[in-house]
Amino acid sequence: MNTDYLLLVLGMGIVTYLPRWIPLIFLSNRRLPEWLRQWLDFIPAAILSALILPALVTTGEPRQLNLFQPALLVSIPTFIFAWKTRSLAGTVITGMALFWGAQKVFS
Amino acid sequence: MTAAWPICLGYVPIGLAFGVLAHNAGLAPWEIGFMSLFVFAGSSQFIAVAMIGSGSAIIPIILTTFVVNLRHLLMSSSLAVYLQRLSAGRLSLYAYGVTDESFALNMTRFREGGWDWRRALVLNHTANAAWIVSTIIGGYGGQFIPAGAFGIDYALPAMFICLLILQIRGGLYVLVAVISGVLAASFSLLFPGNTYVVLASVLAATLGVFLRKVYGKGSAGKEEL
Repeated sequence: MNTDYLLLVLGMGIVTYLPRWIPLIFLSNRRLPEWLRQWLDFIPAAILSALILPALVTTGEPRQLNLFQPALLVSIPTFIFAWKTRSLAGTVITGMALFWGAQKVFS
Repeated sequence: MTAAWPICLGYVPIGLAFGVLAHNAGLAPWEIGFMSLFVFAGSSQFIAVAMIGSGSAIIPIILTTFVVNLRHLLMSSSLAVYLQRLSAGRLSLYAYGVTDESFALNMTRFREGGWDWRRALVLNHTANAAWIVSTIIGGYGGQFIPAGAFGIDYALPAMFICLLILQIRGGLYVLVAVISGVLAASFSLLFPGNTYVVLASVLAATLGVFLRKVYGKGSAGKEEL
């Protein structure tokens, strides 16, 4: 392995680690103001939605709106299943099975 | 350790695909494993390998990695609420394993109760091991494994969908999630890269706090103003 690659990976590692580390060190063991606690309480739902929806309604690079794709179609019964059962394992298995089926139909 | 299985299942196809691409960009399997160990952030690794393949210099790759992974800032902030009274060493070890997937799963478990930092840490490192191993296997010849088998590509999206449902604890959460999703989808069409995740989440969560203040939750909420 050459030095360049070593430096690259170490650099990537450091800039990736710091944003993961700084909030844990500075926000843990500290009493947070109420507004910040509320704000952080909304973050998981906000992030999850921000990760999911673009992946379901866009494709390609650069991204384009694409509402006709198996991932979006399958997400509807997957959402309903998750809502009714609240089962992580069940949702993952069901989602995979539906997606597998949908891919066969679509292709 | 078994709690990590949806993540591991999801990491296998992505890890294999990454290994194949990294191999095509000229990286040896152990160089691939080295990156997976030190960086442990899927999307930025994909981008880095693409940039290596196109002959990019080191600094632009590192800067891109930084921007792509800034979203972890939000996740660690949110996790900090549940990681009180831990030593700096343990927090530093925990920080290594913060990914989109481990964050989402651990946050949900913490909120449901009966979850502690030890279990969360085991989950982080199980997912980490699955990632490292599958990327290395991909580097050795993952192209021989059929793509898309058993709908495995949908393991992580399905997991995220269920975790999102589990995060919804009232109308305001639905509203925040919908706004965040719509903003993220719109921003993702407008701007290159993945800054849309941070932008949309910050705006939607801020709006959530604002709305909670305006409409309050009964008299208790109003007294705080």
